Amino acid sequence: MSAHAWVDLLLAMLGGAIRVGTPFLFVSLGECLTEKSGRINLGLEGVLVFSAMAGFGAAWLTSSVWLGVLAAGLAGGLLALVHGLVCSLPQVNDIAVGIGIMLLGNGLAFYLGKPLMEPQAPQIPSLMLGDWSSSANVQAALHINALFPLGLALALLLRWGFTHTRWGLLVRMVGDSADAARALGTSVNGVRLAATVAGGFIAGLGGASLSLYYPGSWNEGLSSGQGLIAVALVIFARWNPLRCLAAALLFGAAGAVGPALQSVGYGAAYQLFNALPYALTLLILLLTCSPQRAARGAPMELGVTR
Amino acid sequence: MPSTVVRLWPHRIEALVLPLLALVTALLLFGLFVTIGDHSASQAWQLLFLGAFGDAFSWQNTLQRAAPLMLTGLCVALPARAGLVVIGGEGALVLGGLAAAVLPQMVPGLGGASGKLALLLAAAVSGGSWIALAGWMRQARGVNETISSLLLSYLAIALFKHLVEGPLRDPASLNKPSTLPLGDALQIGSIGTYDVHWGLAWGLSACLVSAVWLAFTTHGFATRIVGGNARTARLIGLPTQTLVITACAVGGACAGLAGGIEVMAVHTAANAALISGFGYTGILVSFVARHRPLAVIPVAILFGGFGAAGSLLQRRMGLPDASVQVLLGFSFVLILASDGLQGRIAGALNRWLDQREARRPSATPPITPPGTAA
Repeated sequence: MSAHAWVDLLLAMLGGAIRVGTPFLFVSLGECLTEKSGRINLGLEGVLVFSAMAGFGAAWLTSSVWLGVLAAGLAGGLLALVHGLVCSLPQVNDIAVGIGIMLLGNGLAFYLGKPLMEPQAPQIPSLMLGDWSSSANVQAALHINALFPLGLALALLLRWGFTHTRWGLLVRMVGDSADAARALGTSVNGVRLAATVAGGFIAGLGGASLSLYYPGSWNEGLSSGQGLIAVALVIFARWNPLRCLAAALLFGAAGAVGPALQSVGYGAAYQLFNALPYALTLLILLLTCSPQRAARGAPMELGVTR
Repeated sequence: MPSTVVRLWPHRIEALVLPLLALVTALLLFGLFVTIGDHSASQAWQLLFLGAFGDAFSWQNTLQRAAPLMLTGLCVALPARAGLVVIGGEGALVLGGLAAAVLPQMVPGLGGASGKLALLLAAAVSGGSWIALAGWMRQARGVNETISSLLLSYLAIALFKHLVEGPLRDPASLNKPSTLPLGDALQIGSIGTYDVHWGLAWGLSACLVSAVWLAFTTHGFATRIVGGNARTARLIGLPTQTLVITACAVGGACAGLAGGIEVMAVHTAANAALISGFGYTGILVSFVARHRPLAVIPVAILFGGFGAAGSLLQRRMGLPDASVQVLLGFSFVLILASDGLQGRIAGALNRWLDQREARRPSATPPITPPGTAA
């Protein structure tokens, strides 16, 4: 590759970091909130697909992209509600329920989304931050999903809220010691249910950015594992919303390598390059996990790190 | 008042009733779901039954699908008995299929029973090592095996697509990239005159052997101790790492075998048709069977039947092909929710029996000190 192609590749990765990373950001923030309350929702993969379908369908039916975004969030919250309710029953394993929600969300999305393969829905507008440049590649890289700033604000809000608000402290207390919460008269299941539903709503916004921005259509291969990667990201980000932001951008960049290489005319082995985020996730899990101790910063009630 | 008598059978009844209750509820919910979509629920139920178990043809179709489901079900059940929730069976299946399709190209002249066994062995080894990797990551590095096994599965599928569409592609497969087809001498045939291949026998035997291993061997018992309480297992000096990784390897080998059998009996070459979700349905099969190898057999047949009925629902009622997936999703969530009722039914049965016995004091003879009897 020439120097020019390298620059193009880097620009494409930069743009891709935000474009591909936005769904990662929302799902990992949603998962972060859920896990802070001491419960893991592996079902966010299903939530992502289901909300992408619901958002696309609503945007198409109402011709309003923002109603579509709202519908995606609500659909995500609804599916997460099922997870939260089932997990509130005694003796139920939250990881297993997550697998169930993953299958259910995919099934419902494929079933209800059958008529949505053909039509075009209105798209989330882009913020043109690259208009100062004369280079088409720079402009393309800085077309930013209008949901991205929302995600940015949400990351800051969560980071602040976990330490400075009554709600944030409540969620963390329930996540760190259910017994202490019960002793204070807090409903553990109630707080966890609320955190799971809110997390599902946030993850649903990630679904909207999949089907209404990039790639910007509905099909059954829309997400293959992005939701799951985002769950793993939270472990890597040590349950800190700001680190979730950094990790989401990193994974966005990794996910953009395959398409970027294709766009500069290097198409061989694209299946392998598209699998780069999975390999990166595994590598990071291997490096950050340890069998001797729970991960640093992990909510103490969380099963996934035990 | 808690029961004073230890009875086993109320728990056995409960273990049967709870999953059945969950499945019936899932079917009802599915009926409601299609009714909302302006279809007839009763027709959907009828077609589900007809497509699965209605006649000889549907039975053959059902058993054809049940065979790989038994094996992918074991891929979840066996690690689960050692305490791990592994959900990457699809990846092990795909790699197993690839290994079986590629071995004859690397070792020409394979044929006959020994050749077939070599192919199946290659499939089992590749699937087994993939899942063993997830087990090793858990034991050595503390990486959550549910997440890692699914990531490994995505990686396996990417590798499979890369190899099948690239280096290993048969130039003659134009719009459906495949590896070179297997010769007749390496294909698995049908059982007698039935349209069911010998893979079913492999699935059944794998379930039976696993059941015997878990119930009657020391190694199987040790594995169950690790799954029941890893700390106890370490305290009494069991090699927990080896036991867990072995359970993962054996489970993965089963899923790999499923892939090999699908290639040798159905597809005759490795291509994208192999990635059809048997690995994911296997997760459900194992959970419904409560990770018991013997229970995996009927559950795999039931879900194989639902899968077989899917095309009938599509043809006769115009339902989307994902309708079976919706049914499976409902079943999965309800099966897990039914865990919340565990102990309630058995408890109620026990209380009822206690009360009945209390009302009949003569049923238990009064204890007389020795020597005072007439």
